[in-house]
Amino acid sequence: MPIDNSVSKNIFDAVDQAIKLHGETRDEIIPILNDVNRSLGYLPSEALEEISHRLKSPKSSLFSVASFYHMLSTKPRGKHVIQFCESAPCHVVGGREVWQTLKSELGLNSGETSSDGKWTLITTSCLGLCGVGPVIMIDEDAYGNVKPEQISEILKKYTD
Amino acid sequence: MKSIRSMVLVSSDPLSLERGAQSVFDQLQKEIKNFDLSDEISITQVGDVGRHDALPIVIVYPEAVIYGPVKEEDVHHLVEEHLYKGRIATELEASAKELTGKIAWVNSRKGTMPAEQRIVLQRAGIIDPTNIEDYILNEGYQAIGKILSEMTPKDVIEEIKASGLRGRGGAGFPTGTKWGFVAGVKQDKKYVICNADESEPGTFKDRLILEGDPHSILEAMMIAAYAVGADEGYIYVRGEYTLAQERLKIAIEQAHEMGLLGKNIFGSDFNFELHIHSGAGAYICGEETALLESIEGRRGEPRARPPYPTTVGLFGKPTLVNNVETLANIAPIIRNGAKWYRGFGTPSSPGTKVYTILGNVNVTGLIEVPMGITLREVITIYAKGMKNNATFKMAQTGGSSGSIIPASLQDTPMDFDSFQKAGVALGSGALLICDDDNCVVDLAKVLQNFFRNESCSKCNPCRIGNERAYSILENISQGTGTMQDLDDLMMISKNLNELSNCGLGQTAGTPIKDVLNHFRAEVEAHIKLKVCPTGICPMSGTRI
Repeated sequence: MPIDNSVSKNIFDAVDQAIKLHGETRDEIIPILNDVNRSLGYLPSEALEEISHRLKSPKSSLFSVASFYHMLSTKPRGKHVIQFCESAPCHVVGGREVWQTLKSELGLNSGETSSDGKWTLITTSCLGLCGVGPVIMIDEDAYGNVKPEQISEILKKYTD
Repeated sequence: MKSIRSMVLVSSDPLSLERGAQSVFDQLQKEIKNFDLSDEISITQVGDVGRHDALPIVIVYPEAVIYGPVKEEDVHHLVEEHLYKGRIATELEASAKELTGKIAWVNSRKGTMPAEQRIVLQRAGIIDPTNIEDYILNEGYQAIGKILSEMTPKDVIEEIKASGLRGRGGAGFPTGTKWGFVAGVKQDKKYVICNADESEPGTFKDRLILEGDPHSILEAMMIAAYAVGADEGYIYVRGEYTLAQERLKIAIEQAHEMGLLGKNIFGSDFNFELHIHSGAGAYICGEETALLESIEGRRGEPRARPPYPTTVGLFGKPTLVNNVETLANIAPIIRNGAKWYRGFGTPSSPGTKVYTILGNVNVTGLIEVPMGITLREVITIYAKGMKNNATFKMAQTGGSSGSIIPASLQDTPMDFDSFQKAGVALGSGALLICDDDNCVVDLAKVLQNFFRNESCSKCNPCRIGNERAYSILENISQGTGTMQDLDDLMMISKNLNELSNCGLGQTAGTPIKDVLNHFRAEVEAHIKLKVCPTGICPMSGTRI
């Protein structure tokens, strides 16, 4: 199979690795997109192109899948993605105050990425950690029982 | 007489031992003896419990308090405070980041719980979920052995029908009947699917079953496959549940090694292969036909029904889809019989139900209790009352598609039929308890926002209706609502229910309907008096 030279190496590697792991069948599209999204931080157009090529599936249909699911992003995201749970169980135990603090500490609104590319702030539906609400998730780390005054302390842990 | 009231677990993996876990264990035994508590407290060494930051760890049940790192010299204080005087020794507790422990349900509750009736969570938190031998030692894989040697597929379905088990995903459909449908279709290929796309806000029971007892789901799926004539299965796990996915993967590998999955299981002619399929963040994929679309690699947009998945399902083949909690009931029913199962719960809804208790109460967390207990019992006994002695105002059941239940219904037994009669829904088992500092308009807004975001946008009533309902509620919360808005809300609620294609849209109007039925005066205060009685709504905006 001819390899498109314009696809940069890290994108090609991510796609290749995911397809090798999951196989080239249609029912593996979402696991493949998930893996590529995880290793690249988002799904660049070139990645969709490459997957389309390998799976013999139209790029439009891949894009329709990629834009449907919350965990997949077709736009670049910050180095660290902060997810704030905005569902009712977190809301009634002080989630609103945590959200206000998060927004003002970062100077970001929902869906925005900071100019230095460090943070992306998004709201999310229930993360299934309601017993310890309010909950925020930074990358893969979950923080429970979050109080507004703990926010700056938590953010400081991410130094890179 | 010996009557154990507390169970103490001490971590004893190599790292813990290196950090002195053995002397902590010895010291605990000594101190428990010194305080003359040996007949009341059991003490056990367990393997790796996770939390490598805080080893060695001491966990005290039933309160599920995690202490760590515990040093030998801390033990006297711990035993005196917690086990003798009954106060939690807060200064010894493990630090707050407590969401990755290997023992599943420990990390999901705050405070103490009294005794419960555990069937589906019987092993969760007690066995090592990454060790198949632990599962087997605790009655695991006995049920599959029993059916393969003694029962025909028809016997299995009859047994499940006789147990009266109803689906725990929210709808309450009789499980045995569903199995019968799939078994009745003549096809060479059939599938069994475990719906583990748990994303109903406030619900995390399935996560704890998957993380704490993954083999129970494998075993139940094998039984289901045998009963309906399937040879392949998928577990569709929510993308966010990475730990659950890891545990399932390990479980499947171990089952393969033992010959419990694959060809000719237990020397019979029964074959079964199992795959894990990760979701990617879409609430709608919990709807069974959207889930099928998602496995097939498409947008999770629900299919038109009929045909139902039981006849035309995954890749066009007959497919059985069951919720995690439903499946977790299967092996115990096969092992102990339908009659035993009917001994729990109410006649129309036998068995137990796992609830997640959340909100403004003293103790939040997960309980498994017989069907039919009341909200008042949950609040006063299991949740140890309202926080700060506040007044109970309302509860929201079953996540966002559940009902808002006013205080006047708190003595209605919580089972499928009693709730239906009272015009409310049990849903998936979340109980969000709200005190009188919560505003109904604000709560309805949060719930509507959820549906607005999670609607798959395939059908108009749901896509437009939820958006419209949200902006009306926003206006009311800004003090710019009109009385006409309330009529519009009622109409939207009705249209959502009657015209939407799938369960999401059909239930999305429930919160607004409940708010207007039970709390109309409070909503009208926002409009007529321009006052939010609880002072939560901003009441200072312009009309959208």
